[in-house]
Amino acid sequence: MIAEIGQYVLIAALVLAAVQAIVPLWGAARGDAGLMMVGDRTAIAQAAALLIAFAALTHGFVTSDFSLSVVFQNSHSLKPMLYKVSGVWGNHEGSMLLWVLVLALFSAAVAVYGRNLPPTLKARVLSIQAMIGFAFLAFIIFTSNPFARLSPAPLDGTGLNPLLQDPGLAFHPPLLYLGYVGFSMAFSFAIAALIEGRVDAAWGRWVRPWTLAAWTFLTGGIALGSWWAYYELGWGGWWFWDPVENASFMPWLFGTALLHSSIVVEKRDALKSWTILLAILTFSMSLLGTFLVRSGVLTSVHAFATDPERGVFILAILAIAIGGALTLFAVRAPGMKGGGLFAPASREGALIANNMLLTLAAATVLLGTLYPLILEALSGGETRVSVGPPFFNATFGPIMVPLVLLMAIGPLMAWKRGNLRTASRKIIPAAIAALLAIGVTFLAVPDGPGLAPFAMGLAAWLAAGTIAEWGGRIKLFSSPPSVSWRRLSGQPRSASGMSLAHLGLAIMIVGITGSSAWRTELVTTLSPGETVEGAGYAVTLESVTEGRGPNYSFERATLRIEEDGELVTTMHTERRFFPIANQTTTEAGIRTTLLSDLYGVIGERGRTPETADAWTVRFFVNPLVPWIWLGALVMVFGGFLSLSDRRHRVGAPRRAANTAPPANPPTQPLPAPAE
Amino acid sequence: MRRLVVILPVAIFAALLGVMGALLTDGERNNDPSRLPSPLVGKPAPAISLPAVADNIPGGFSTEDLKGQVTIVNVFASWCIPCLAEHPLITQLAADGARVYGINHRDKSADAVTWLRRHGNPYKAIGFDADARASLEWGVTGVPETFIIDANGTIAYKHAGPITPEVLKQKILPKLREIEGG
Repeated sequence: MIAEIGQYVLIAALVLAAVQAIVPLWGAARGDAGLMMVGDRTAIAQAAALLIAFAALTHGFVTSDFSLSVVFQNSHSLKPMLYKVSGVWGNHEGSMLLWVLVLALFSAAVAVYGRNLPPTLKARVLSIQAMIGFAFLAFIIFTSNPFARLSPAPLDGTGLNPLLQDPGLAFHPPLLYLGYVGFSMAFSFAIAALIEGRVDAAWGRWVRPWTLAAWTFLTGGIALGSWWAYYELGWGGWWFWDPVENASFMPWLFGTALLHSSIVVEKRDALKSWTILLAILTFSMSLLGTFLVRSGVLTSVHAFATDPERGVFILAILAIAIGGALTLFAVRAPGMKGGGLFAPASREGALIANNMLLTLAAATVLLGTLYPLILEALSGGETRVSVGPPFFNATFGPIMVPLVLLMAIGPLMAWKRGNLRTASRKIIPAAIAALLAIGVTFLAVPDGPGLAPFAMGLAAWLAAGTIAEWGGRIKLFSSPPSVSWRRLSGQPRSASGMSLAHLGLAIMIVGITGSSAWRTELVTTLSPGETVEGAGYAVTLESVTEGRGPNYSFERATLRIEEDGELVTTMHTERRFFPIANQTTTEAGIRTTLLSDLYGVIGERGRTPETADAWTVRFFVNPLVPWIWLGALVMVFGGFLSLSDRRHRVGAPRRAANTAPPANPPTQPLPAPAE
Repeated sequence: MRRLVVILPVAIFAALLGVMGALLTDGERNNDPSRLPSPLVGKPAPAISLPAVADNIPGGFSTEDLKGQVTIVNVFASWCIPCLAEHPLITQLAADGARVYGINHRDKSADAVTWLRRHGNPYKAIGFDADARASLEWGVTGVPETFIIDANGTIAYKHAGPITPEVLKQKILPKLREIEGG
């Protein structure tokens, strides 16, 4: 019964989306305030309908209603409750429902909080959001209905992919979707601006918080995913350039570029058509990511149920959304007047260089991801290649070097015309820090890869440059501490957020360098009681016990790690077998300090009678790897800090008016007059 | 010049769209769920030896028993819904004279016997693989899966997922004809 309610509200949401796609757009064209207002109501109603649908599906999973096809295929009565709930979005149908729910929540947020937007812009934005929502709701209802029933109802389910049965992954998709779908806001604002034919500083100011929010969530989502891969897949690595990972990384790269170029639009009224294009491309990458993962054109460890019919449907959505947007761009962009002029050596110049490099990086990842597909199509399916980490490491790294070099310099430059001499004087601390880091690293690890000290130098350069810029802003050391303190508390949060995010990247570079340059690995076969020496440690397989979890059986190994005869730690690693899904997963034993991870994994038991009492044991020393996620955490924190800046929420022209209590009670949002 | 530049994104996108459309509508590619070919195809079937499901069910077999004649080996389980869906086609294959063996995967003996009694037993012999050791040897990733073993005991073909009438007509039967003819 509850599932049928879900089905009805899902259809209701489709109808609401259709209304919202047409009526406000029409109202905006005619200048009819009443018609434009319809968008607000439908946006809120649509979000409410989808919340009910999502709750209905969650109910099905929580109560293990196996008459629902999705629940049967993706759940099991023995599964722990947390994974019954996360199972709601751990499958194709449910994850698409989450996708449209997030989209509708963003639209509703615009309807509620967008009171100071010009009414025509707001109406058009909501209308574009509804078009996207309509397309995906139709996709769900016609090809991936989460409320499809099975008759007769099976007695028990067939389980969730056990790899996905993990707390880290339970929250990875929702975060990722908040990011992916959040970029739809930038897209809708871009299309609305193209329709209006007007992009100005105010537009930049409205787009930025949405882009920033999406970027922050996406950063968190990607980091969580890579953390999961690190401890769950048991390969000791944390990023594999897998197509599905790339699918989330491309919107991030374009989104990062967009974040920076929209600053130029806001502050300097320049780079307008480029920013519009970036907004379109960023969301296009989110759509492309959805297509690649959902259609099955790529084969990947992440691949969900694949179905060509669904693929064709998403491809059609892609063709209309991206093709339509880019065509509109081609028609309207030449008419856009560029704004303020600036010298090459200026903040604008640095941000343009940042955009070029980020776009190049994104294009490289896109090429590497799609190249196997293009080759396969051109050769008629004869040639199948895969593009792996060597390609990405060789192309992506060199693009990042100038980008990071620039990141320290850019914020030191003034708008319009920067003074290279002043900037180079301010960058001296960063240069000293970089040289120091190179020297120290070289002395500390003389036998490592030759490039590693330079990578550490790069991180030090960025960190020192960022701190120096931040110190300069609050006049640290150049004025009495009381002045610095006053200036610190007067700093806009968005500026501090920027510094933090840049600092986070520096921390992350340290982690990436450490884990890829100085990692040591030991692979061997051990029987209980045996010890092997390597990687600077003595590893003893103490015991292997067998047991049962809620829906799996496991072999649990206890490893004793000693260094120079002294006990460092004992760790547990498990190999789990899920009989219902007939799949095996590993739980790595990880002992972490801030400086390095000791990482142990138990592998297969020997098959032949002689080796039946021995297990494959892999042991890694991953230096500095925690810094990767520490850096990501700092970036996310920087994003939220910047987001909390009230300048992002208060429209520039209405700043004075907003210091007074709002004139209109919030229950009756009247469209604010355009300036 | 500027016009050309702004048209570029949409032109590149159109080309990409063409590529992806071509891949998606390529029937050959999509009708084959085991697109990544099994590394075992073309290799001798790994040695397994399985007991019978129960005393009254013909079976227990080892890899040696498969040699000498083309054999279809179908991996199934009583708890597996797609297995039930493909069961009539397996039955049809056996009725048409093919030699069909079964591997009963992660099942309980009593459940398997009930299932076979209710839906019929087309298998010449069934090996009982309760702990999935044999399936593991054969690289089975899920049920149902179907192997074609040639007279020399080499795995000639593997199909992952249920057999549908299309799969039967386009894959299984041509492969059988090809091996028996050659």
